[in-house]
Amino acid sequence: MPRATISKFLLAAIIPAAAATLAMSAPAQAADADHGKTLFMKDGCFECHGTVGQGGAAGPALAPKTPTAEGIAKYIRNPRGAMPPYVQSVVSDADIADIQAYLSSVPKPKKPEDIPLLSGK
Amino acid sequence: MAKKDRDALAIPERRKFFGAVAAGAVGAVAISTPDIARAQEGQKPAKKPAAAPPNAATAEHEAGTPPQEKEPVTVGKAGSDYMVDCFKSMNIDYVALMPGSSFRALHESVINYGENKKPELIACLHEEIAVSMAHGYAKVAGKPMLNFVHSVVGLQHASMSIYNAWADRVPLFICVGNGLDAMQRAPNVEWAHSAQDNAAIVRDFSKWDDQPISLGHFTESAARAYTLATTPPFGPTLLVVDEGLGEEPVGDKPPPIAPVNRTSPPGADPNAIDAFAKMLVGAKNPVLIAGRLVRTEKGMQTLVELAETLGCAVVDQGTRMNFPSMHPLNMTWNARRLIPEADVVLGLEVVDLYGAVHGFADRIERRYTPRLKPGTKLISIDSLPLLIRPNFQDFQRYQPVDMEIVADGETALPQLLEAVKKAMPKGSANVSARADKIKKEVAQTNKRNLAAAANGWDASPISTARFCAEIWGQIKGDDKWGLVTPHQLQSHWQIKLWNMTKPWHHIGDNGGYGVGYQPGAAMGAAIAHRDAGRFAIAIFGDGDLMCNPGALWTAAHHKLPILMIVHNNRAYHQEVMHIQRMADRHARGIDRAHIGTEIANPNIDFAKLAQSMGVWAEGPISDPSKLGPALSRALAQVRKGEPALLDVVSQPR
Repeated sequence: MPRATISKFLLAAIIPAAAATLAMSAPAQAADADHGKTLFMKDGCFECHGTVGQGGAAGPALAPKTPTAEGIAKYIRNPRGAMPPYVQSVVSDADIADIQAYLSSVPKPKKPEDIPLLSGK
Repeated sequence: MAKKDRDALAIPERRKFFGAVAAGAVGAVAISTPDIARAQEGQKPAKKPAAAPPNAATAEHEAGTPPQEKEPVTVGKAGSDYMVDCFKSMNIDYVALMPGSSFRALHESVINYGENKKPELIACLHEEIAVSMAHGYAKVAGKPMLNFVHSVVGLQHASMSIYNAWADRVPLFICVGNGLDAMQRAPNVEWAHSAQDNAAIVRDFSKWDDQPISLGHFTESAARAYTLATTPPFGPTLLVVDEGLGEEPVGDKPPPIAPVNRTSPPGADPNAIDAFAKMLVGAKNPVLIAGRLVRTEKGMQTLVELAETLGCAVVDQGTRMNFPSMHPLNMTWNARRLIPEADVVLGLEVVDLYGAVHGFADRIERRYTPRLKPGTKLISIDSLPLLIRPNFQDFQRYQPVDMEIVADGETALPQLLEAVKKAMPKGSANVSARADKIKKEVAQTNKRNLAAAANGWDASPISTARFCAEIWGQIKGDDKWGLVTPHQLQSHWQIKLWNMTKPWHHIGDNGGYGVGYQPGAAMGAAIAHRDAGRFAIAIFGDGDLMCNPGALWTAAHHKLPILMIVHNNRAYHQEVMHIQRMADRHARGIDRAHIGTEIANPNIDFAKLAQSMGVWAEGPISDPSKLGPALSRALAQVRKGEPALLDVVSQPR
């Protein structure tokens, strides 16, 4: 999906989530969550992990329990299993920090018992 | 070929026969056109340029002047009528087809002579749809629908669907038109649409075929084709039907109709079953893996009783609805942890047993990792060795086993259950302790699944978990529905969130993974559900639906009660991931991975597409809060007996 399409189709819908970046932790504040959100789409992370890092059959959830930037970098440079590799020239360490900031900014989901369709109420 | 049959195929004799029978109806018999006279003399018919001006006879005919030479112009009961009688004797309810001239007599006989009942004609816009309909129908109805397929090109269109049904071991009964007698073919198109051996196109992935040359031959081969298709392991069968045979009169003494043989599926060797029972009963951690196993309620009940008797875990691969989705022994989502701890693993009609007991990594050097611990007994009951072909590799990688019982899995289940009961010590504490442990783990897994479903609940594009939960919220009080599309591409949320307790609650997957299967199969399954007083639920991939969108017209035309959700991720998402993997592997970034994989720019408006074919539809829906009300409106249509479609702009998986 081209960047322009991603911007229209996906990113615009996630703006409310990005607003929560103010709640980031101190190290994450140094990174750019908005830029991270753009990279998360451009670099195709959302294809397996979902646009808000919710995960699915193709890839595990990356939010709300988001790994550290160092942890992400260590893994994607030399991944195991189905994860494709991302080299420094494609996703820099700075990019990873921004992606981590975006994922950390995603609001925590409701508990299933607070969602009638999942609680069975 | 018998002399009598050979003679019947020779033009002059055939024409005489034709005329003699028709004489009673029209009172005129003589045939002596110049071309026929040439043929009788062994000469080629005179060439007639396609664009030549009409000759005197043609001009007279076009002007409405009766022909100078008296030819038979009507026929009484035709061979195709007799063929319809054969189909009626088989209790076939439907024939799905896209019209084609090579079976025009059969088509006409079904709707007029047969009064369009048993079989009733289901109109389709592509042979791939028609045959996929038969695939989906058979999996729900438990018996074949008939297909008529046009010669050569129609069969090529149908071939992917036949392959899917073959790979899924589903019964199909297909009649393919053909023009055997070269002297009877019209110029140009009929030559291009005739074949010496039509069935060769699909013989590598069908169970049996024949090309009968007399009505007696037809009825026996039709009975054999039906019998073979419906005897486990099931598969597609074909009859190539000569146009002439269908269009000629039956004659005074039609051959008696051959009845279909009712067969008993292949059961298991009792001694081997006893050995399996002893292994399972003596195991510390037995695991049952169910593949293409269950097709009846009794089959599911037996598997449940077997698991509960053993107190063991069941992994349901989703190729059939084998085991209740919320059963406390359903450990499908824990298979990766479970398999390595098992000491006895029993595969029940598992097609890819190698894949079931190995991990796989799509790396530069692709590798498999064994999941079984040393000493684990791997045993199998399956019918795959009874029906296998060498060319197409749907039989999967070879897996050595400690013992294999070659039998129909569902037929063998009651035998195994009885043997296990006999071998099981009464009041085994190990069994109940094991079952309790599994139940606790399943409860935790279900809780985790709900938490995972809540993650991204309000996201837009809408999460697959959200739209599956929204559907479940509207159908959970009603048992009379069936999911008629696979669930892999929605992260399995249907199985994780819906309480599926009957075999008809899910159709399973498509066998051969040929894209374009879903629309046709869903409509065929919807017919079977409608006849059983249920409605169908389809969740289409946008790419799959666009292979065969014409199925929507069939749904509207035949008023099928089917709720259709388009999982619209605006891409061939599986292929996006493949291109992404290659680009990453080559360290090039994925900026261009969308080229050739996205279905955007422009976005397809699926609601308008459906509406253009007479289907009630809404969308695109990208706000999750609007999905529930839209589903209510759609289901109101479906419960009235009409199709309805919602275009849901969704997360990729």
